[in-house]
Amino acid sequence: MGDLVWILISAMIVNNFTLAYFLGLCPFMGVSGRVETALRMGMANIFVLVLTSLCAWFLNNFVLEYAPYLRVISFIVVIASLVQIVEIAIKKFSPTLFQQLGISLPLITTNCAILGLAIFQTNREYGFFQGLFFAVGAGLGLTLALVLMASIREDSERANVPNLARGTALVMIIAGSLSLAFMGFAGLGSAS
Amino acid sequence: MTEPQFLVRATPHLSGPESTPKIMWTVVFSLIPVVAVSFWFFGPSALLIQAAAVLGALIPEHYTGHKGSLRDGSAVITGVLLGLTLPPGMPLWMAFLGGFFGVAFGKLIFGGLGQNVFNPALLGRAFLQAAFPVAITTWPSQTGSWWSLRGDNFAWPLMSPQVVDGSTGATPLGLFKFEKQSTEFLDLLLGTTSGSVGETSGLVILACGLFLALRNYLNWRIPASICATVFSFSGILWLFDSEAFASPFFMLFSGGLMLGAFYMATDMVTSPTTHKGCWIFGAGIGFLVVIIRTWGGLPEGVMYAILFMNAFVPFINRKTQPRVFGQAPPEKRGLPFMKKGGQA
Repeated sequence: MGDLVWILISAMIVNNFTLAYFLGLCPFMGVSGRVETALRMGMANIFVLVLTSLCAWFLNNFVLEYAPYLRVISFIVVIASLVQIVEIAIKKFSPTLFQQLGISLPLITTNCAILGLAIFQTNREYGFFQGLFFAVGAGLGLTLALVLMASIREDSERANVPNLARGTALVMIIAGSLSLAFMGFAGLGSAS
Repeated sequence: MTEPQFLVRATPHLSGPESTPKIMWTVVFSLIPVVAVSFWFFGPSALLIQAAAVLGALIPEHYTGHKGSLRDGSAVITGVLLGLTLPPGMPLWMAFLGGFFGVAFGKLIFGGLGQNVFNPALLGRAFLQAAFPVAITTWPSQTGSWWSLRGDNFAWPLMSPQVVDGSTGATPLGLFKFEKQSTEFLDLLLGTTSGSVGETSGLVILACGLFLALRNYLNWRIPASICATVFSFSGILWLFDSEAFASPFFMLFSGGLMLGAFYMATDMVTSPTTHKGCWIFGAGIGFLVVIIRTWGGLPEGVMYAILFMNAFVPFINRKTQPRVFGQAPPEKRGLPFMKKGGQA
Protein backbone atom coordinates (compact mmCIF):
# COMPACT_ATOMS: atom_id res chain seq x y z
CA MET A 1 0.00 0.00 0.00
CA GLY A 2 2.79 2.40 0.92
CA ASP A 3 4.41 1.51 -2.36
CA LEU A 4 1.28 2.54 -4.28
CA VAL A 5 0.95 5.84 -2.40
CA TRP A 6 4.60 6.54 -3.08
CA ILE A 7 4.10 5.94 -6.83
CA LEU A 8 1.21 8.39 -6.75
CA ILE A 9 3.13 11.13 -4.92
CA SER A 10 6.22 10.59 -7.01
CA ALA A 11 4.32 10.95 -10.29
CA MET A 12 2.41 13.95 -8.97
CA ILE A 13 5.12 16.07 -7.33
CA VAL A 14 8.64 14.70 -7.56
CA ASN A 15 8.61 13.59 -11.18
CA ASN A 16 5.82 15.86 -12.30
CA PHE A 17 5.16 15.09 -15.96
CA THR A 18 5.03 18.71 -17.02
CA LEU A 19 7.53 20.42 -14.75
CA ALA A 20 10.16 17.70 -14.41
CA TYR A 21 9.82 15.63 -17.59
CA PHE A 22 8.48 18.43 -19.83
CA LEU A 23 5.75 16.22 -21.23
CA GLY A 24 2.32 17.53 -22.09
CA LEU A 25 3.53 21.05 -22.70
CA CYS A 26 0.87 21.75 -25.33
CA PRO A 27 -2.08 21.95 -22.90
CA PHE A 28 0.26 23.53 -20.35
CA MET A 29 0.94 26.44 -22.69
CA GLY A 30 -2.31 26.43 -24.61
CA VAL A 31 -5.18 25.80 -22.19
CA SER A 32 -3.82 27.56 -19.11
CA GLY A 33 -5.43 30.93 -19.71
CA ARG A 34 -8.30 30.51 -17.21
CA VAL A 35 -8.41 28.53 -13.98
CA GLU A 36 -11.83 27.03 -14.79
CA THR A 37 -10.68 25.77 -18.18
CA ALA A 38 -7.41 24.52 -16.77
CA LEU A 39 -9.19 22.55 -14.06
CA ARG A 40 -11.53 21.00 -16.61
CA MET A 41 -8.57 20.12 -18.82
CA GLY A 42 -6.84 18.54 -15.85
CA MET A 43 -9.89 16.41 -15.07
CA ALA A 44 -10.09 15.26 -18.69
CA ASN A 45 -6.39 14.45 -18.51
CA ILE A 46 -6.80 12.29 -15.42
CA PHE A 47 -9.61 10.43 -17.16
CA VAL A 48 -7.64 9.76 -20.34
CA LEU A 49 -4.49 8.84 -18.41
CA VAL A 50 -6.37 6.24 -16.39
CA LEU A 51 -7.83 4.78 -19.59
CA THR A 52 -4.33 4.75 -21.09
CA SER A 53 -2.94 2.91 -18.13
CA LEU A 54 -5.64 0.26 -18.37
CA CYS A 55 -5.07 -0.09 -22.13
CA ALA A 56 -1.32 -0.34 -21.81
CA TRP A 57 -1.62 -2.97 -19.10
CA PHE A 58 -4.06 -4.99 -21.18
CA LEU A 59 -1.99 -4.73 -24.35
CA ASN A 60 1.24 -5.60 -22.58
CA ASN A 61 -0.15 -8.63 -20.86
CA PHE A 62 -2.35 -10.16 -23.52
CA VAL A 63 -1.41 -8.87 -26.95
CA LEU A 64 2.12 -7.54 -27.19
CA GLU A 65 3.70 -10.71 -25.91
CA TYR A 66 3.27 -12.03 -29.44
CA ALA A 67 4.43 -8.89 -31.24
CA PRO A 68 6.60 -6.66 -29.03
CA TYR A 69 7.83 -4.63 -32.01
CA LEU A 70 4.34 -3.19 -32.48
CA ARG A 71 4.33 -1.53 -29.09
CA VAL A 72 4.34 2.19 -29.92
CA ILE A 73 1.97 1.92 -32.87
CA SER A 74 -0.51 -0.24 -31.01
CA PHE A 75 -0.43 2.09 -28.01
CA ILE A 76 -1.24 5.08 -30.18
CA VAL A 77 -3.95 3.42 -32.22
CA VAL A 78 -5.69 1.61 -29.38
CA ILE A 79 -5.65 4.55 -26.96
CA ALA A 80 -6.83 7.04 -29.57
CA SER A 81 -9.70 4.89 -30.77
CA LEU A 82 -10.74 3.96 -27.24
CA VAL A 83 -10.92 7.63 -26.25
CA GLN A 84 -13.01 8.33 -29.33
CA ILE A 85 -15.43 5.56 -28.40
CA VAL A 86 -15.63 6.80 -24.82
CA GLU A 87 -16.32 10.29 -26.13
CA ILE A 88 -19.21 9.03 -28.24
CA ALA A 89 -20.55 7.18 -25.21
CA ILE A 90 -20.28 10.30 -23.02
CA LYS A 91 -22.04 12.35 -25.68
CA LYS A 92 -24.90 9.89 -25.62
CA PHE A 93 -25.19 9.34 -21.86
CA SER A 94 -24.18 12.67 -20.36
CA PRO A 95 -24.41 15.66 -22.70
CA THR A 96 -23.53 17.98 -19.79
CA LEU A 97 -20.21 16.29 -19.17
CA PHE A 98 -19.56 16.23 -22.91
CA GLN A 99 -20.16 19.95 -23.08
CA GLN A 100 -17.86 20.52 -20.11
CA LEU A 101 -15.01 18.58 -21.65
CA GLY A 102 -15.52 20.07 -25.07
CA ILE A 103 -12.71 19.76 -27.54
CA SER A 104 -10.14 18.85 -24.90
CA LEU A 105 -10.94 15.13 -24.77
CA PRO A 106 -10.01 14.23 -28.38
CA LEU A 107 -7.10 16.66 -28.25
CA ILE A 108 -5.53 15.05 -25.19
CA THR A 109 -5.24 11.76 -27.05
CA THR A 110 -2.46 13.13 -29.22
CA ASN A 111 -0.63 14.50 -26.17
CA CYS A 112 2.89 13.26 -25.50
CA ALA A 113 2.07 12.76 -21.81
CA ILE A 114 -0.31 9.95 -22.77
CA LEU A 115 2.20 8.00 -24.80
CA GLY A 116 4.83 8.86 -22.19
CA LEU A 117 2.71 7.32 -19.46
CA ALA A 118 2.17 4.14 -21.46
CA ILE A 119 5.87 3.77 -22.20
CA PHE A 120 7.05 4.61 -18.65
CA GLN A 121 4.60 2.13 -17.27
CA THR A 122 5.88 -0.57 -19.59
CA ASN A 123 9.54 0.19 -18.93
CA ARG A 124 9.09 0.14 -15.17
CA GLU A 125 7.05 -3.05 -15.39
CA TYR A 126 4.21 -1.72 -13.28
CA GLY A 127 1.38 -4.09 -12.46
CA PHE A 128 -2.30 -3.28 -12.77
CA PHE A 129 -2.77 -1.27 -9.56
CA GLN A 130 0.65 0.31 -9.73
CA GLY A 131 -0.15 1.54 -13.23
CA LEU A 132 -3.50 2.87 -12.05
CA PHE A 133 -1.93 4.85 -9.21
CA PHE A 134 0.81 6.05 -11.54
CA ALA A 135 -1.81 7.33 -13.98
CA VAL A 136 -3.85 9.09 -11.29
CA GLY A 137 -0.68 10.67 -9.87
CA ALA A 138 0.48 11.85 -13.26
CA GLY A 139 -2.98 13.27 -13.97
CA LEU A 140 -3.11 15.06 -10.62
CA GLY A 141 0.36 16.45 -11.29
CA LEU A 142 -0.71 17.76 -14.67
CA THR A 143 -3.81 19.29 -13.09
CA LEU A 144 -1.70 20.93 -10.38
CA ALA A 145 0.71 22.39 -12.93
CA LEU A 146 -2.15 23.59 -15.14
CA VAL A 147 -4.07 25.25 -12.30
CA LEU A 148 -0.97 26.93 -10.87
CA MET A 149 0.00 28.21 -14.29
CA ALA A 150 -3.53 29.45 -15.00
CA SER A 151 -3.84 31.31 -11.70
CA ILE A 152 -0.46 32.97 -12.20
CA ARG A 153 -1.33 33.90 -15.77
CA GLU A 154 -4.68 35.37 -14.74
CA ASP A 155 -2.87 37.56 -12.23
CA SER A 156 -0.14 38.62 -14.60
CA GLU A 157 -2.72 39.70 -17.17
CA ARG A 158 -3.32 42.70 -14.95
CA ALA A 159 0.41 43.31 -14.55
CA ASN A 160 2.31 45.85 -16.51
CA VAL A 161 4.32 43.34 -18.52
CA PRO A 162 6.81 44.90 -20.95
CA ASN A 163 5.88 44.48 -24.60
CA LEU A 164 8.75 42.20 -25.48
CA ALA A 165 7.67 39.62 -22.89
CA ARG A 166 3.92 39.70 -23.44
CA GLY A 167 2.17 36.45 -24.33
CA THR A 168 4.05 33.23 -24.91
CA ALA A 169 7.42 34.58 -23.75
CA LEU A 170 6.06 35.32 -20.28
CA VAL A 171 4.35 31.93 -20.16
CA MET A 172 7.67 30.26 -20.94
CA ILE A 173 9.41 32.24 -18.19
CA ILE A 174 6.70 31.37 -15.66
CA ALA A 175 6.98 27.72 -16.71
CA GLY A 176 10.74 27.84 -16.17
CA SER A 177 10.35 29.45 -12.74
CA LEU A 178 7.75 26.85 -11.74
CA SER A 179 10.09 24.13 -12.88
CA LEU A 180 12.89 25.66 -10.74
CA ALA A 181 10.55 25.66 -7.75
CA PHE A 182 9.73 21.97 -8.31
CA MET A 183 13.43 21.10 -8.47
CA GLY A 184 13.55 21.11 -4.67
CA PHE A 185 11.68 17.83 -4.62
CA ALA A 186 14.29 16.11 -6.77
CA GLY A 187 15.55 13.01 -5.01
CA LEU A 188 12.71 13.06 -2.50
CA GLY A 189 12.51 9.67 -0.87
CA SER A 190 15.75 8.39 -2.33
CA ALA A 191 17.84 9.48 0.67
CA SER A 192 16.17 7.31 3.27
CA MET B 1 -12.26 81.81 -12.57
CA THR B 2 -12.75 81.20 -8.90
CA GLU B 3 -10.63 78.83 -6.96
CA PRO B 4 -12.32 75.43 -6.61
CA GLN B 5 -14.04 75.13 -3.27
CA PHE B 6 -13.05 71.55 -2.81
CA LEU B 7 -10.66 69.24 -4.50
CA VAL B 8 -12.31 66.59 -6.67
CA ARG B 9 -10.24 63.43 -6.58
CA ALA B 10 -10.64 59.70 -6.64
CA THR B 11 -10.40 57.83 -3.35
CA PRO B 12 -8.47 57.31 -1.11
CA HIS B 13 -8.50 60.81 0.33
CA LEU B 14 -6.42 60.16 3.43
CA SER B 15 -2.86 58.98 2.96
CA GLY B 16 -0.81 57.38 5.68
CA PRO B 17 2.77 58.24 6.58
CA GLU B 18 4.13 55.12 4.89
CA SER B 19 5.43 54.95 1.36
CA THR B 20 7.06 52.20 -0.67
CA PRO B 21 10.60 53.67 -0.52
CA LYS B 22 10.28 54.26 3.23
CA ILE B 23 9.25 50.65 3.90
CA MET B 24 11.88 49.25 1.57
CA TRP B 25 14.72 51.28 3.03
CA THR B 26 13.61 50.42 6.58
CA VAL B 27 13.89 46.76 5.64
CA VAL B 28 17.35 47.41 4.20
CA PHE B 29 18.45 49.18 7.42
CA SER B 30 16.96 46.45 9.56
CA LEU B 31 19.31 44.04 7.76
CA ILE B 32 22.41 45.98 8.88
CA PRO B 33 22.89 43.90 12.07
CA VAL B 34 22.60 40.71 10.03
CA VAL B 35 25.16 41.98 7.52
CA ALA B 36 27.44 43.10 10.37
CA VAL B 37 27.27 39.66 11.99
CA SER B 38 28.07 38.03 8.67
CA PHE B 39 31.09 40.35 8.34
CA TRP B 40 32.16 39.35 11.85
CA PHE B 41 31.97 35.65 11.07
CA PHE B 42 33.14 35.44 7.48
CA GLY B 43 35.39 38.47 7.08
CA PRO B 44 35.76 40.45 3.89
CA SER B 45 34.31 37.64 1.77
CA ALA B 46 30.84 38.28 3.22
CA LEU B 47 30.82 41.91 2.17
CA LEU B 48 32.28 41.15 -1.26
CA ILE B 49 29.58 38.57 -2.01
CA GLN B 50 26.82 40.95 -0.99
CA ALA B 51 28.30 43.82 -2.96
CA ALA B 52 28.43 41.64 -6.06
CA ALA B 53 24.85 40.48 -5.62
CA VAL B 54 23.59 44.04 -5.04
CA LEU B 55 25.45 45.27 -8.11
CA GLY B 56 23.94 42.46 -10.17
CA ALA B 57 20.47 43.41 -8.92
CA LEU B 58 20.89 47.14 -9.53
CA ILE B 59 22.09 46.98 -13.13
CA PRO B 60 18.94 45.55 -14.79
CA GLU B 61 16.77 47.71 -12.55
CA HIS B 62 18.67 50.80 -13.68
CA TYR B 63 18.55 50.05 -17.38
CA THR B 64 15.12 48.50 -17.84
CA GLY B 65 13.09 49.41 -14.74
CA HIS B 66 10.62 52.24 -14.55
CA LYS B 67 12.02 55.72 -14.10
CA GLY B 68 13.08 56.24 -10.52
CA SER B 69 12.52 52.64 -9.52
CA LEU B 70 16.16 52.39 -8.43
CA ARG B 71 15.49 54.82 -5.60
CA ASP B 72 12.73 52.77 -3.95
CA GLY B 73 15.29 50.33 -2.61
CA SER B 74 13.57 47.13 -3.72
CA ALA B 75 16.47 46.06 -5.93
CA VAL B 76 18.89 46.68 -3.04
CA ILE B 77 16.82 44.39 -0.81
CA THR B 78 16.86 41.68 -3.47
CA GLY B 79 20.63 41.95 -3.79
CA VAL B 80 21.32 41.96 -0.04
CA LEU B 81 18.94 39.06 0.63
CA LEU B 82 20.47 37.04 -2.21
CA GLY B 83 23.96 37.78 -0.89
CA LEU B 84 22.93 36.61 2.57
CA THR B 85 21.86 33.22 1.23
CA LEU B 86 25.05 32.44 -0.70
CA PRO B 87 28.08 30.61 0.68
CA PRO B 88 30.91 33.05 1.49
CA GLY B 89 33.48 31.33 -0.68
CA MET B 90 31.49 31.60 -3.88
CA PRO B 91 33.07 33.29 -6.92
CA LEU B 92 31.81 36.85 -7.16
CA TRP B 93 30.71 36.63 -10.76
CA MET B 94 28.22 33.94 -9.82
CA ALA B 95 26.71 36.14 -7.10
CA PHE B 96 26.50 38.95 -9.65
CA LEU B 97 24.78 36.65 -12.13
CA GLY B 98 22.30 35.53 -9.48
CA GLY B 99 21.32 39.09 -8.65
CA PHE B 100 21.00 39.93 -12.32
CA PHE B 101 18.85 36.90 -13.09
CA GLY B 102 16.66 37.39 -10.03
CA VAL B 103 15.79 41.00 -10.81
CA ALA B 104 15.62 40.70 -14.59
CA PHE B 105 13.69 37.43 -14.88
CA GLY B 106 12.05 37.36 -11.48
CA LYS B 107 10.75 40.90 -11.36
CA LEU B 108 11.25 43.19 -14.35
CA ILE B 109 9.86 40.77 -16.89
CA PHE B 110 6.59 40.72 -14.91
CA GLY B 111 6.40 44.50 -15.02
CA GLY B 112 8.52 45.56 -12.07
CA LEU B 113 7.89 45.99 -8.37
CA GLY B 114 4.55 44.71 -7.13
CA GLN B 115 3.76 42.48 -10.07
CA ASN B 116 6.16 39.59 -9.72
CA VAL B 117 4.99 36.13 -8.71
CA PHE B 118 8.20 34.65 -7.31
CA ASN B 119 10.54 36.17 -4.76
CA PRO B 120 13.34 37.60 -6.97
CA ALA B 121 16.15 36.86 -4.51
CA LEU B 122 15.11 33.22 -4.13
CA LEU B 123 14.57 32.80 -7.85
CA GLY B 124 18.12 34.07 -8.37
CA ARG B 125 19.38 31.58 -5.83
CA ALA B 126 17.39 28.70 -7.33
CA PHE B 127 18.91 29.61 -10.68
CA LEU B 128 22.41 29.52 -9.17
CA GLN B 129 21.66 26.22 -7.46
CA ALA B 130 20.62 24.72 -10.79
CA ALA B 131 23.53 26.23 -12.72
CA PHE B 132 26.40 25.85 -10.24
CA PRO B 133 25.45 23.02 -7.88
CA VAL B 134 29.02 22.51 -6.62
CA ALA B 135 29.98 26.12 -5.98
CA ILE B 136 26.79 26.81 -4.05
CA THR B 137 27.27 23.85 -1.72
CA THR B 138 30.94 24.44 -0.85
CA TRP B 139 30.89 25.73 2.70
CA PRO B 140 34.05 27.17 4.22
CA SER B 141 34.59 26.47 7.90
CA GLN B 142 35.06 29.32 10.35
CA THR B 143 38.75 28.85 10.92
CA GLY B 144 41.89 30.54 9.75
CA SER B 145 42.77 34.18 9.61
CA TRP B 146 39.85 36.60 9.73
CA TRP B 147 41.23 38.71 6.92
CA SER B 148 41.71 35.89 4.48
CA LEU B 149 39.08 35.16 1.85
CA ARG B 150 36.87 32.17 2.55
CA GLY B 151 37.28 30.66 -0.87
CA ASP B 152 38.23 31.58 -4.37
CA ASN B 153 36.09 34.71 -4.55
CA PHE B 154 37.97 36.17 -7.48
CA ALA B 155 37.75 33.17 -9.79
CA TRP B 156 37.24 34.19 -13.40
CA PRO B 157 33.94 33.41 -15.06
CA LEU B 158 33.73 29.89 -16.49
CA MET B 159 36.93 28.84 -14.71
CA SER B 160 36.60 26.25 -11.98
CA PRO B 161 37.34 27.88 -8.62
CA GLN B 162 40.34 26.64 -6.63
CA VAL B 163 39.43 24.74 -3.50
CA VAL B 164 41.93 24.88 -0.66
CA ASP B 165 42.20 21.50 1.05
CA GLY B 166 40.78 21.20 4.52
CA SER B 167 39.13 24.58 4.44
CA THR B 168 35.60 23.35 3.83
CA GLY B 169 33.11 22.01 6.32
CA ALA B 170 29.52 20.94 6.21
CA THR B 171 26.54 22.97 7.40
CA PRO B 172 24.70 21.77 10.50
CA LEU B 173 21.91 20.46 8.28
CA GLY B 174 24.36 18.64 6.02
CA LEU B 175 26.12 17.16 9.04
CA PHE B 176 22.83 15.91 10.41
CA LYS B 177 21.56 14.57 7.11
CA PHE B 178 24.62 12.74 5.89
CA GLU B 179 26.52 11.96 9.10
CA LYS B 180 23.76 12.03 11.72
CA GLN B 181 25.73 14.54 13.74
CA SER B 182 23.87 17.16 15.71
CA THR B 183 25.21 20.66 16.40
CA GLU B 184 25.26 22.49 19.74
CA PHE B 185 22.12 24.58 20.13
CA LEU B 186 24.12 27.59 21.36
CA ASP B 187 26.23 27.54 18.18
CA LEU B 188 23.07 27.61 16.09
CA LEU B 189 21.66 30.53 18.07
CA LEU B 190 24.82 32.62 17.87
CA GLY B 191 25.84 31.54 14.40
CA THR B 192 29.26 30.03 15.00
CA THR B 193 28.66 27.35 12.40
CA SER B 194 29.41 27.12 8.73
CA GLY B 195 26.68 28.04 6.33
CA SER B 196 25.54 30.80 4.03
CA VAL B 197 26.81 34.32 4.62
CA GLY B 198 23.90 35.63 6.64
CA GLU B 199 21.82 32.68 7.71
CA THR B 200 23.92 31.33 10.55
CA SER B 201 22.93 33.56 13.44
CA GLY B 202 19.31 32.75 14.22
CA LEU B 203 19.11 35.09 17.18
CA VAL B 204 20.12 38.27 15.30
CA ILE B 205 17.73 37.56 12.44
CA LEU B 206 14.95 36.89 14.95
CA ALA B 207 15.58 40.26 16.63
CA CYS B 208 15.65 42.17 13.32
CA GLY B 209 12.53 40.38 12.13
CA LEU B 210 10.69 41.18 15.35
CA PHE B 211 11.59 44.85 14.90
CA LEU B 212 9.99 44.82 11.44
CA ALA B 213 6.97 42.89 12.72
CA LEU B 214 6.43 45.42 15.52
CA ARG B 215 6.47 48.24 12.99
CA ASN B 216 3.97 46.22 10.96
CA TYR B 217 6.28 46.14 7.94
CA LEU B 218 5.85 42.42 7.71
CA ASN B 219 2.82 40.31 8.40
CA TRP B 220 3.69 38.47 11.64
CA ARG B 221 1.25 35.72 10.75
CA ILE B 222 3.60 34.31 8.10
CA PRO B 223 6.72 33.71 10.27
CA ALA B 224 4.49 32.65 13.18
CA SER B 225 2.74 30.12 11.01
CA ILE B 226 5.98 28.82 9.46
CA CYS B 227 7.72 28.42 12.84
CA ALA B 228 4.68 26.82 14.47
CA THR B 229 4.29 24.32 11.64
CA VAL B 230 7.97 23.41 11.52
CA PHE B 231 8.11 23.10 15.31
CA SER B 232 5.02 20.93 15.65
CA PHE B 233 5.60 18.73 12.59
CA SER B 234 9.27 18.06 13.35
CA GLY B 235 8.36 17.73 17.05
CA ILE B 236 5.93 14.91 16.25
CA LEU B 237 8.56 13.17 14.13
CA TRP B 238 11.14 13.66 16.90
CA LEU B 239 8.88 12.20 19.58
CA PHE B 240 8.25 9.30 17.24
CA ASP B 241 11.96 8.55 16.81
CA SER B 242 14.47 10.92 18.39
CA GLU B 243 17.42 9.12 16.78
CA ALA B 244 16.43 9.38 13.14
CA PHE B 245 14.80 12.81 13.18
CA ALA B 246 16.21 16.16 14.22
CA SER B 247 14.89 17.93 17.29
CA PRO B 248 12.40 20.73 16.65
CA PHE B 249 14.75 23.39 18.07
CA PHE B 250 17.49 22.24 15.71
CA MET B 251 15.02 22.47 12.82
CA LEU B 252 13.98 26.00 13.78
CA PHE B 253 17.43 27.51 14.12
CA SER B 254 19.47 25.66 11.53
CA GLY B 255 19.86 26.54 7.89
CA GLY B 256 18.02 29.43 6.34
CA LEU B 257 14.73 28.96 8.16
CA MET B 258 14.85 32.17 10.23
CA LEU B 259 16.03 34.29 7.31
CA GLY B 260 13.46 32.68 5.04
CA ALA B 261 10.59 33.00 7.49
CA PHE B 262 11.22 36.64 8.39
CA TYR B 263 12.66 38.15 5.24
CA MET B 264 11.89 35.95 2.23
CA ALA B 265 8.41 34.60 2.82
CA THR B 266 7.09 37.94 4.08
CA ASP B 267 7.93 39.80 0.88
CA MET B 268 4.80 41.94 0.49
CA VAL B 269 4.50 41.26 -3.22
CA THR B 270 4.78 37.51 -3.23
CA SER B 271 2.80 36.67 -0.09
CA PRO B 272 -1.01 36.37 0.12
CA THR B 273 -3.10 39.47 0.62
CA THR B 274 -5.50 38.03 3.18
CA HIS B 275 -4.66 37.09 6.78
CA LYS B 276 -6.24 33.67 6.37
CA GLY B 277 -4.17 33.21 3.24
CA CYS B 278 -1.03 34.09 5.20
CA TRP B 279 -1.70 31.32 7.72
CA ILE B 280 -2.18 28.80 4.91
CA PHE B 281 0.91 30.07 3.07
CA GLY B 282 3.11 29.80 6.18
CA ALA B 283 1.79 26.37 7.09
CA GLY B 284 2.52 25.14 3.57
CA ILE B 285 6.09 26.44 3.74
CA GLY B 286 6.73 24.89 7.16
CA PHE B 287 5.33 21.55 6.07
CA LEU B 288 7.41 21.45 2.88
CA VAL B 289 10.58 22.54 4.70
CA VAL B 290 10.35 19.57 7.07
CA ILE B 291 9.50 17.18 4.23
CA ILE B 292 12.39 18.28 2.01
CA ARG B 293 14.88 18.40 4.89
CA THR B 294 13.88 14.99 6.20
CA TRP B 295 13.24 12.95 3.09
CA GLY B 296 14.57 15.06 0.22
CA GLY B 297 17.79 14.73 -1.70
CA LEU B 298 19.02 18.14 -0.52
CA PRO B 299 19.84 19.00 3.10
CA GLU B 300 18.07 22.38 2.91
CA GLY B 301 14.63 23.13 1.51
CA VAL B 302 13.58 26.57 2.71
CA MET B 303 14.24 28.22 -0.64
CA TYR B 304 12.27 25.66 -2.64
CA ALA B 305 9.45 25.59 -0.10
CA ILE B 306 8.99 29.35 -0.35
CA LEU B 307 9.22 29.37 -4.15
CA PHE B 308 6.71 26.52 -4.35
CA MET B 309 4.26 28.32 -2.10
CA ASN B 310 4.84 31.58 -4.01
CA ALA B 311 3.40 29.79 -7.02
CA PHE B 312 0.30 29.02 -4.96
CA VAL B 313 -0.24 32.62 -3.86
CA PRO B 314 -2.52 33.68 -6.75
CA PHE B 315 -4.61 30.58 -6.09
CA ILE B 316 -4.69 31.17 -2.31
CA ASN B 317 -5.69 34.79 -2.86
CA ARG B 318 -8.54 33.66 -5.04
CA LYS B 319 -9.80 31.11 -2.52
CA THR B 320 -9.52 33.22 0.64
CA GLN B 321 -11.32 36.35 -0.48
CA PRO B 322 -13.37 37.48 2.51
CA ARG B 323 -17.12 37.74 2.00
CA VAL B 324 -18.27 41.23 1.18
CA PHE B 325 -20.25 42.58 4.14
CA GLY B 326 -23.95 42.00 3.63
CA GLN B 327 -23.62 39.51 0.81
CA ALA B 328 -24.96 36.01 0.96
CA PRO B 329 -22.43 33.25 1.59
CA PRO B 330 -21.11 31.72 -1.63
CA GLU B 331 -22.70 28.56 -2.93
CA LYS B 332 -21.05 25.27 -2.18
CA ARG B 333 -19.10 24.19 -5.21
CA GLY B 334 -18.33 20.74 -6.46
CA LEU B 335 -16.12 19.46 -9.22
CA PRO B 336 -16.87 21.12 -12.54
CA PHE B 337 -18.78 18.24 -14.03
CA MET B 338 -20.92 17.79 -10.93
CA LYS B 339 -22.52 21.18 -11.37
CA LYS B 340 -26.04 21.07 -12.70
CA GLY B 341 -26.68 22.82 -15.96
CA GLY B 342 -23.06 23.39 -16.71
CA GLN B 343 -21.58 26.45 -18.25
CA ALA B 344 -20.58 26.63 -21.84
